[in-house]
Amino acid sequence: MSADHRASDDELRALARKLRSHSLRMISQAKTSHIGSCLSVADILAVLYGRILRVDPKRPAWPSRDRLIVSKGHAAAIVYAAVAEAGFMPVERLAEFARNGGQLYGHVTHGGVPGIEMSSGSLGHGLPVGTGMALTGKRAGEPWRVFVVMSDGELDEGSNWEAMLFACHHQLDNLTIIIDYNKIQSLDWVDKTLRLEPLADKFRAFGWSVREVDGHDVKELSSALGTLPLEGGKPNAIIAHTVKGKGVSWMEGKVLWHYKQPTPDELITALAEVAAS
Amino acid sequence: MRTAFIETLNELADQDSRVCLIVGDLGFSIIEAFAEKHPDQFVNAGVSEQNMIGLAVGMALTGKIVFTYSIGNFGTLRCLEQIRNDVCYHRANVKVVAVGGGLGYGNLGVTHHASEDVAIMRALPNMTVVAPGDPIEARLATRAVVAHDGPAYLRLGKAGEPVVHTTQPDFELGRALTLREGSDVTLIASGGMLATADKVAKDIAAQGIGVRLLSMHTVKPIDREAVTRAATETRYVFTLEEHSIEGGLGGAVAEVMAEMDSGHAPLKRIGLRPEFNTTVGDQNYLKSLHGLDHESVLKTIQQIIARSYGRVG
Repeated sequence: MSADHRASDDELRALARKLRSHSLRMISQAKTSHIGSCLSVADILAVLYGRILRVDPKRPAWPSRDRLIVSKGHAAAIVYAAVAEAGFMPVERLAEFARNGGQLYGHVTHGGVPGIEMSSGSLGHGLPVGTGMALTGKRAGEPWRVFVVMSDGELDEGSNWEAMLFACHHQLDNLTIIIDYNKIQSLDWVDKTLRLEPLADKFRAFGWSVREVDGHDVKELSSALGTLPLEGGKPNAIIAHTVKGKGVSWMEGKVLWHYKQPTPDELITALAEVAAS
Repeated sequence: MRTAFIETLNELADQDSRVCLIVGDLGFSIIEAFAEKHPDQFVNAGVSEQNMIGLAVGMALTGKIVFTYSIGNFGTLRCLEQIRNDVCYHRANVKVVAVGGGLGYGNLGVTHHASEDVAIMRALPNMTVVAPGDPIEARLATRAVVAHDGPAYLRLGKAGEPVVHTTQPDFELGRALTLREGSDVTLIASGGMLATADKVAKDIAAQGIGVRLLSMHTVKPIDREAVTRAATETRYVFTLEEHSIEGGLGGAVAEVMAEMDSGHAPLKRIGLRPEFNTTVGDQNYLKSLHGLDHESVLKTIQQIIARSYGRVG
């Protein structure tokens, strides 16, 4: 989507279905992991690319663009699908995903992939970098904004909390994080691993403005992301409550689908479910 | 060296508003002038090195030339993965500066001994590693890393290092400086050991030995040509560094020499033993325990020369 096109709600839902379908095919064919993490973030990416981000696929390095960092780099398949559907690269290139000789690694990679601001894959790197970008923009009075999409398990990393202290202290209200809070991390449920709750209170205590939304409702996501900053002088935290594996009933809420890839037969039924959703 | 560095950075920041400095809550009595003069080009990240490097990358990716400043290992090892993934992989225009390279903070403890940093930084793709040998080189190196578009690690001493160069050298990243020509042995020094190497070279030369002295201020990319010439044109090569003998200057020189097609001179790496110090001492005291004081270095080199050639005893 270019900066001058704002999609309708139905178009956003259709885009989210496309992104889910792409990532299911990519992960099934490449036999890689993290389909659950892709499916949970699909609606967030659809709203960002379809309605919120001021980016221009014809000018990936446009200086006044909004910056999006996807710090949960394991959701690479759906991130590549999103930049392809946004027009940064041909959709055909998605066939390169995790394939020998291609450029689309299994974790988000910037090299040779237009539209990707930053490579990620080791968790806890995106927010500090996004904070540095926001500091540049703030000091220069630039209109562009910085968005960082993060996972819930990623919040275990201390580097994020360092950056949260900094962003508050420097009143970086041009910085927004979106937590894909799908409640499952690598080995188990978040609540059984390192409990984050009360998460919104933690952000508030760190001086951030917080909005909790249904991360699969394009209207709620748009409402929160469309009224930034939530409060002047404070960085923004959107806690998007999501379901891991969302859109494929038998993947939803299952740790297994952090790792397993759908077989060709499973892919057919998964795609059918997504199409009907 | 740190004074030479910050004065030069101040000048550069005057001329170029892209030049920024982030400190990790360190630099008391050093950074205040910069902070006051360039408030929009200065940030104290607090005690948070991982975030400091991330901030630097974010600022660099939005057009800045960013120096991070810390001491010892804090600004390198604590945030090593940020330097690898975020700085080096993205070729971000970030210059990581560490003060107190080697044993500069000797009696503060092993946590403050930066003895493996060069080896570790040197292993990272896209990284340029610079350890200037005296305050003059520190000034020139600061200018050179700003002119260099991409990641750099600038390893500085602390304070009080003597000026070694008698004239303004023709400084270029990746090219060793020849301080003395000779055809018997070569001393290759990096960082603050340049002063010791210079004195030792004079002592040996006075005994009739032809000594070549190179300042290898850039450890990566190493000046392969200078090393190759030293290993073929002179009969023994010595490396001197205030860093573990594993993986630093000595390691880099050894790698070049080991891959030479033809015969080459033998090599002796003079540096820190790769072990944690167990005795308290200031920089000079600990250096002497590692055989890095002037007398010990002279003795080591003289013994090898005597053993090899029987000319000095």
